[in-house]
Amino acid sequence: MKILRNLSKDRLAAASFILIVVTIVAGILAPYIAPHDPNEVNMRLRFAAPSWEYLLGNDHLGRCILSRLIYGIRPSVLWVLGALFISVLIGAIAGFIAGYFRGKVDFFMMRICDIMLSFPGYVMTLAVVGILGIGLKNILIAFILMKWAWFARVIRTAVMQYVELDYVKFSKVTGMSDIQIIWKHIVPVTLSDIAVVSSGSMGSMILQISGFSFLGLGIQAPNAEWGMMLNEARQVMFSRPELMLAPGLAIIIVVSAFNFLSDALQVALDPKLIRSTNKFQKQEVETEIRGGKIHEYTRS
Amino acid sequence: MLKVDCVEKSYKKGGLFSREKQKILKNVSFECRRGECLGIIGESGSGKSTLGRLILGIEKPDRGTVLFEGKNIQDRKVRVGNISAVFQDYISSINPFFTVEEAIMEPLKGQKEIQSKIDHLLNQVGLDPSYRKKYPHELSGGEAQRVCIARAISTEPKCILLDEATSSLDVSVQTQVLDLLKKLKKSYNMSYIFITHDIQAAAYICDRVIFFRNGQIEEIVKTEHLKDVQSEYARKLLQMIITF
Repeated sequence: MKILRNLSKDRLAAASFILIVVTIVAGILAPYIAPHDPNEVNMRLRFAAPSWEYLLGNDHLGRCILSRLIYGIRPSVLWVLGALFISVLIGAIAGFIAGYFRGKVDFFMMRICDIMLSFPGYVMTLAVVGILGIGLKNILIAFILMKWAWFARVIRTAVMQYVELDYVKFSKVTGMSDIQIIWKHIVPVTLSDIAVVSSGSMGSMILQISGFSFLGLGIQAPNAEWGMMLNEARQVMFSRPELMLAPGLAIIIVVSAFNFLSDALQVALDPKLIRSTNKFQKQEVETEIRGGKIHEYTRS
Repeated sequence: MLKVDCVEKSYKKGGLFSREKQKILKNVSFECRRGECLGIIGESGSGKSTLGRLILGIEKPDRGTVLFEGKNIQDRKVRVGNISAVFQDYISSINPFFTVEEAIMEPLKGQKEIQSKIDHLLNQVGLDPSYRKKYPHELSGGEAQRVCIARAISTEPKCILLDEATSSLDVSVQTQVLDLLKKLKKSYNMSYIFITHDIQAAAYICDRVIFFRNGQIEEIVKTEHLKDVQSEYARKLLQMIITF
């Protein structure tokens, strides 16, 4: 709750957060919110302009673009969120174990991560899709397989900063168990790092999923997905460029919202930064005023 | 009560596959009695902090044992409530996400009447109960170190290890903290192991002093007899004190 309150002080962050929540809810409740069936073909309305019945107009098969956009949230955002969560979870467990216990466990885990990270991401995803076949599910599996190693690396580094600190040492001395120490001392302080890293990579994952769908490797034809909607619009890019707007803007807005949120989370999760922001702003204003005066002096 | 027996420790030099080792502690043995304040004096790099970590049981000696009332200190259950520590760096000694109250409460888990106890502890280290809700970055160095001391004595341990606990405080605050430690020692009948490079601070508070050099004990001497130390090194250290 404290985090939410802190977030609400930052207007951009609050807007991003609300946008993301609304998007997710809209995705979950798509059948109730969408005005039309997203796969209903109506050739009479081909490339129709926006009207009261079809708010964003219709595409090359006369399907409602708004409904397709809303249904597209599911693969583009919700499933990506799920995949992200699983890979962060695997990465976090591996990272905590490696960073906390160090030594041989750490060495072993990091060599596995090295192996995973030595393949370029896109190539590995293409390989997995090649083996398992085309489809959203397989791309997500490939994502989880590839991304956890990277998260493990980042989280391990974050954990290692804190393990050597004296308050962790003190807890060890007073006989707290390792699991308790990780839970009470390490998880809260690394949470901001994890949140920032994962919300940051959320943006890139949405873009990648849309990219693969754009290439026709992701979700299959009648189903709606933002990247695929872009691909469909590409065929009429010069005659009807406005068709690219809706899915393109949707991707841009959601991805930027995640990026803004990740920036704000970093501040909101750190007790030091919250308290010092007010002071900091005052100082900034003061120096600005002083700077302005100096400016005047030099001018006169 | 706390017995260090033939302890040795070495660290690996270089990477994973290097066999080269650097010996930090060589065959160290001594004993700390109940209610005693034992000083360990040495230059930086002499291995005294490594010795501290071994005494606290958070690192394993290569050879030898550290026994607390006959039981191995590495066993977590032996340490609970019996041993505690105050470190040099007061900034990293308290979790930045914890308030003073939460920090002191941490080792006290599962005890009744925690609330009144926290007030009592804060009073004892000379802090006002209004400090309870403060965060560590809002405290000054001396205040933070007092909170650390309050946290260390909260379980009424039999032994506290003070690893350079007063070294990063300025001189006037240092004396205040040393006086506080003296007072607390009397009222709780605790033992202190006081690791420091500051002979004057050690002479002020300790009953016995160990001169430590290159991972070995040079000499153990009672503070009253500090003037007539035998070993060359200890004499040299004593001469180097700046007198005003």
